[in-house]
Amino acid sequence: MRIHLIKAREGGRAGGYVLRRLGALLVTMLAVSFLAFGAFSAISGSAASLRLGTQGTSEQAAALEAEMGLDRPLLARYGSWLLGFFTGDLGTSLSYRQGVGELLAGKAAVTLALSGLSFALIAALSLPLGLLSARLEGGPLDGLHTAFNQFCMAVPPFFTGILLSYVFGIALKLFTPGAFPGLDHPRQAARHLFFAALSIAIPRTAMTVRMLRGVITSELRRDYVRTALSRGQGRGAVLRRHVLRNALPPVVSFLAQTMAEIVAGGIVVEQVFGIPGLGRMLVASIGNRDYPVVQAIVVMLAFWVALAGTAADLVNARIDPRLRFSQAETGGPAA
Amino acid sequence: MKQGMKYGMKNQFLLAGLFLSGIVFAGIALGAVWTPYPPAAMGAGKFLPPSAAHLFGTDQFGRDIFSRVLRGAGTTLSIALAVTAMGALGGVALGAVTGYFGGWADTALMRLGDALTAFPSLLLALTAVSLLGPGSKSSLILSLGLVFIPGFARVSRTAYAAAREANYVKSARLMGVGRGRILLIHILPNTAPALLPALTIGFNNAVLAEASMSYLGIGVSPPEASLGYLLSEAQGMFSLAPWYALGTGFLMVAMVFGVGLIGEGLGKGGAAEC
Repeated sequence: MRIHLIKAREGGRAGGYVLRRLGALLVTMLAVSFLAFGAFSAISGSAASLRLGTQGTSEQAAALEAEMGLDRPLLARYGSWLLGFFTGDLGTSLSYRQGVGELLAGKAAVTLALSGLSFALIAALSLPLGLLSARLEGGPLDGLHTAFNQFCMAVPPFFTGILLSYVFGIALKLFTPGAFPGLDHPRQAARHLFFAALSIAIPRTAMTVRMLRGVITSELRRDYVRTALSRGQGRGAVLRRHVLRNALPPVVSFLAQTMAEIVAGGIVVEQVFGIPGLGRMLVASIGNRDYPVVQAIVVMLAFWVALAGTAADLVNARIDPRLRFSQAETGGPAA
Repeated sequence: MKQGMKYGMKNQFLLAGLFLSGIVFAGIALGAVWTPYPPAAMGAGKFLPPSAAHLFGTDQFGRDIFSRVLRGAGTTLSIALAVTAMGALGGVALGAVTGYFGGWADTALMRLGDALTAFPSLLLALTAVSLLGPGSKSSLILSLGLVFIPGFARVSRTAYAAAREANYVKSARLMGVGRGRILLIHILPNTAPALLPALTIGFNNAVLAEASMSYLGIGVSPPEASLGYLLSEAQGMFSLAPWYALGTGFLMVAMVFGVGLIGEGLGKGGAAEC
């Protein structure tokens, strides 16, 4: 009876929690996009004069700035840019002379596929390995295993990527590095993306395993574990049924932060494997000083990471209802 | 008993890390003044495999890869040290003031830091480089250093906030010690247990970030070569000279792995603050 009452009250609060998290997400997205927009429009003026070269007169510069919309106040420009962002009109690329929206549409899908696959690999690998690692604690293999873990964190994704693309791409011919088949060929594309995702996943899996091991071993020292064991439950059952559930929320938050690192790793690994995603476009556009493109990609990737963080908070609130209350006031990401 | 064993284990990590890093950094330091061959000399045959004369073989112009990698590691190391120093100095100063004094500035800065650390550091660094103008060493150091500040600020803020109400700080205040002296002489040494592991992690991240940016062609530009640039060059000729990529990668991994082991030995190497 009492349990039902509590459940009902939680149900009432849960909706509020979701709304608050979504509100916080909206604020974050607005702040990020405004910062990016402000920073890039501060240097777009010089971009205008750069396009004219040294021959340009001040009248020409003014005309060009008007054409690029630079003569209007910052907030007005931000407003129309944001509106455009959500309707697919992202301005015109300076170097490709093409709409930024159509330029990036296909590339965003590729990057989403790559980061989704990396995330799935990390989650799938680190849970069993983390449990195994917690079992090794204090045993004879403990030191070796910790050293191996550190080693995996020391190998950067682009070096792993170079090795994987040679061994599986050039030697074993499982895919062709540099020739991405496109998402229309899902099987070949998946094979290509798998090895790229693997090189992103290895160091992050090592970090997640390490963190999972810390949470599990400290959780194993709690009283409820001793109680469960003394009631005659097996170690494995206690681990799966009780400990894992309590250990999960910090891991979910950690995995959400991992999305930021996956995106960062993706920028480099796309280059290694020749995958035409947002990361490669970003690097090329920085070299070309193509600010409308850089700005759009930065905001897109930041939105993607912020979305992942919010999703993790919502999942956590589902696993552990206490979090809805402790976090209600701060509204910040659980860390 | 168990505590003692754990302590022994940590010391092993520390010793192994100091040993490995000692060799690697001594080699890199030596490489700054002397390399087996001048890094740009094109005397030997092309694509020679590793031998006693050329430890990592030679490249497409017959240059000694070991000498080039050693010199490149020096560039990476100097940038990583500058970035870590900038991040640590800026971060500790910010964290000390906000953690010790608290107030609205503390709340505002920490909220900003939370927002920044939630975003991919490489993305922030690339944005900063794009704003400062790509291709120069100083804008690379400046943008990476800025990106590293929030992490250090967070670590030292926590330590300073905890020390604010500690008895030794209270008694120093009562004795009329000045604020600056309390922050620098009294509290700072006591934040070492949190700060030192953060420094090892920061240094490793700086090495990898510099290498990533240079690999992408946005870091240092030739003729100066860092490990990331060498790797991007090596990737193109992997089937002709696999030792080029392997040798470069080996040195980079040894650098990061050694410092990682030191961090592991110094204590909470990751799990606690992640």
